[in-house]
Amino acid sequence: MMTPIPKDIPLALPVPEPLLVALLVGLFLLHILFVNLMVGGTLLTVFYQVKGLRDPRYDRLAHAIADTVTVNKSLAVVLGIGPLLAINTLYTVYFYSANALTGDMWLGIVPIVVIAFLLTYLHKFRWDAMAAHRRIHMAIAAAAAGLFLFIPLIFLTSINLMLFPARWTEVQGFLSAMLLANVLPRYLHFLLACLAVTGLFIVWLFRRAGAERLGAVGIERGELLRTGYRWALFPSLAQFVAGPLVLLSLPEAGVINRVVVTILIGAVMAFPAMLLMLAEVRSPPDRIGRRFWPVVVLLSITVLCMASGRHLYREASLAQHRDLVKAKTESYLQAARKANVQTPK
Amino acid sequence: MDFPIFHADLIGNRAIIATIATLHVLINHGLAVGMMPLIAAMEWHGRKSGESRWDALAYKLLFVCFLVTTTIGALTGVGIWVSASLVNPYAIGSLIRVFFWAWFVEWLVFVTEVCLIVVYFLTWSKWTGGAAKRRHIGLGFGLAAFSWITMAIIVSILGFMMDPGNWLTDHALLAGFTNPIYLPQLAFRTPLALAMAGVVAAFLTIFFTKGDEPFRREALRAINLWTLFWAPVTLAGGWWYATVVPEAMKDNISTAALTMEFEGWQTEFYLIAAGTAALLYLVAQVAVLRPGWVPRPAYVVSLLAVVWLTGHFERVREFVRKPYVIGRYMYANGIRVADYPLLQRDGVLAHSTYSYPLTAAEAGPLAAEEREQAQRGKDVFMIACSRCHTGAGVNSVISRFQSLFGDGRWDREQLADFTTSMHDARPYMPPFPGTKAELLALSDYLVHLRKSGLAIPGAQHTGVAVNARDVAVQSAQSTSPAESR
Repeated sequence: MMTPIPKDIPLALPVPEPLLVALLVGLFLLHILFVNLMVGGTLLTVFYQVKGLRDPRYDRLAHAIADTVTVNKSLAVVLGIGPLLAINTLYTVYFYSANALTGDMWLGIVPIVVIAFLLTYLHKFRWDAMAAHRRIHMAIAAAAAGLFLFIPLIFLTSINLMLFPARWTEVQGFLSAMLLANVLPRYLHFLLACLAVTGLFIVWLFRRAGAERLGAVGIERGELLRTGYRWALFPSLAQFVAGPLVLLSLPEAGVINRVVVTILIGAVMAFPAMLLMLAEVRSPPDRIGRRFWPVVVLLSITVLCMASGRHLYREASLAQHRDLVKAKTESYLQAARKANVQTPK
Repeated sequence: MDFPIFHADLIGNRAIIATIATLHVLINHGLAVGMMPLIAAMEWHGRKSGESRWDALAYKLLFVCFLVTTTIGALTGVGIWVSASLVNPYAIGSLIRVFFWAWFVEWLVFVTEVCLIVVYFLTWSKWTGGAAKRRHIGLGFGLAAFSWITMAIIVSILGFMMDPGNWLTDHALLAGFTNPIYLPQLAFRTPLALAMAGVVAAFLTIFFTKGDEPFRREALRAINLWTLFWAPVTLAGGWWYATVVPEAMKDNISTAALTMEFEGWQTEFYLIAAGTAALLYLVAQVAVLRPGWVPRPAYVVSLLAVVWLTGHFERVREFVRKPYVIGRYMYANGIRVADYPLLQRDGVLAHSTYSYPLTAAEAGPLAAEEREQAQRGKDVFMIACSRCHTGAGVNSVISRFQSLFGDGRWDREQLADFTTSMHDARPYMPPFPGTKAELLALSDYLVHLRKSGLAIPGAQHTGVAVNARDVAVQSAQSTSPAESR
């Protein structure tokens, strides 16, 4: 089957390309951080609310996490617009084509996110009022979590499809695009990151919490920090399996040395972070939390390497096609200009 | 249009953008840009007068605004991009290349606005008394300023779409930003938002106050005074705006306001619109003089009236721009004005990357050569007509021709002749961009479509194929194109 070579928009890029790339990679990391906290926070809220049925302290922990979700979700959505603008500009042909081919679900993002957000507000602001209807209250959180789990799949499907113009003539709708080889491993990779980032967030939340805040939850500081570290550590360890799975499921065309080396550097930086977190989990309550910032710095380097590796893959994967698009656009514009001159006004 | 074409045949593509964008405008104007200064003013007044019920009312209004703006408001804002990228990717892609920095700055302002509303809302019950309260009120006015700046940036892009002004010659951001429509439209939307917020606040106040307490009357009187204050400014801004709408677009106003079916009812429409505005004025005026005389349903009617007037204004604004999506640069079908000579000489199919394969139901009753012709016609329809017309849904091309040629047999030549010159009779229609042969293929396809009554699926359902008629494909056929895997 032939690969389509479309024409680009005949207006110059408004920003030097390297700046657009820096904006895209940097702003996307900021966005995905809050998306991780939004999705992970909702999942942990549900988890601890269920656990809270037996031990009310966990219900209070769930409430403390839920309180952060509504703020994080607002930041997730507004911080998403910057990278959306950058990707619209940098990959116009690829991004819009993939959007159109998965159009129903792409458009579905708007109502689905609205409903998910309204559910999180309902869940948060009716916490005490629904004390007598705990199960319904939990079902609201579970419904929000379900929607939050689905929304990233839509983005991933589109963002994956855009990399492979050769597949554009094969897909018929969202589902067929979702089932392309790389989507589900990337989704697993993302879900594990949500749990890990939220785990570290719990550590941050309670690390310097005063007696009043700790008293409101009713769990010792050391225990809360250990809980947070466990959520960060085990999903991160699982990433050592999920990560290679993503890399192996990528079509080879873009897997060049630069991509692999960048990703490997990121993985290597994660090793000491794992050891530090393990040490933290085993620390006595009065010492736990001291290695928090070294862990965050190391994992941030890992994440930056992964994001850069992903961008290098994207560039390598599309390089040849972009040249063809550029050539076609130029020859078309030349023909259009010539026809304008030849046509009497 | 050289993207796989998304197409919603039931409600039409225009309705998707219109629904999302209108909802966004109503929320943005009524609950953010206009409402934040009103809430901050209420909070300030409550502190100055020592009347805590002003503070309580302001907080309740803010709660509603917070819930709606950070969910439906924020997402319909993103939704305009999402839907525009589906419905007219060439237009939005071009706008982004012109207005990148404007959008980027607007985004930074928007991030600040959202952070401010979150802090303003969450600190209301914490920053009480003395300096903390003063700081909180300042935060409210700061939030109001940022809300207005986001609108002030976006309005420039809306103005640009109607009349790009000097940008057409020098393609610079500043020339686009300072287009002739910009300031008049901003001068209209700003007081409109403030007045609209007054109507929304009055409506909410009847839920948030008790009927028998004197405070309700005091609150309604003050809020309606706010609305009355901005009403004449809105009219003056509207007048200025109307004077800068390009002459050619004014011919479209009757169709824009009333659709083709009812375009003869222009006088009646103006009377109804003026009557609605007068009703809004009357309710506000009576509420100021004698708040007790205004029955509660009157505030519901006022709210519906302002929603209708604003929503309809948006429809008219979107429609009068036609036949262009970006004035004198790009037609509503996503094809640049500068592309027309080439496409009318070679045909749109000679320069289109994609083809939209006939479905089994579409191809079923056709003989092989008829299929070939129907395929050409369908592709032409998707490229030239589908941004505004459907096959079997809202504003369907079949119903349009039905009203012209009736229920009898349609003659392909007759359809083609009409389409060739339709832009003369209907100034909001772009000229047909292709060749005579393509026009005949389109006519044959429409005759077939009328018979079958089938809806036309978009690329999101049936996918796309590479268009073998594309001259670039034909010239490359001898060499194998590099495939990215």
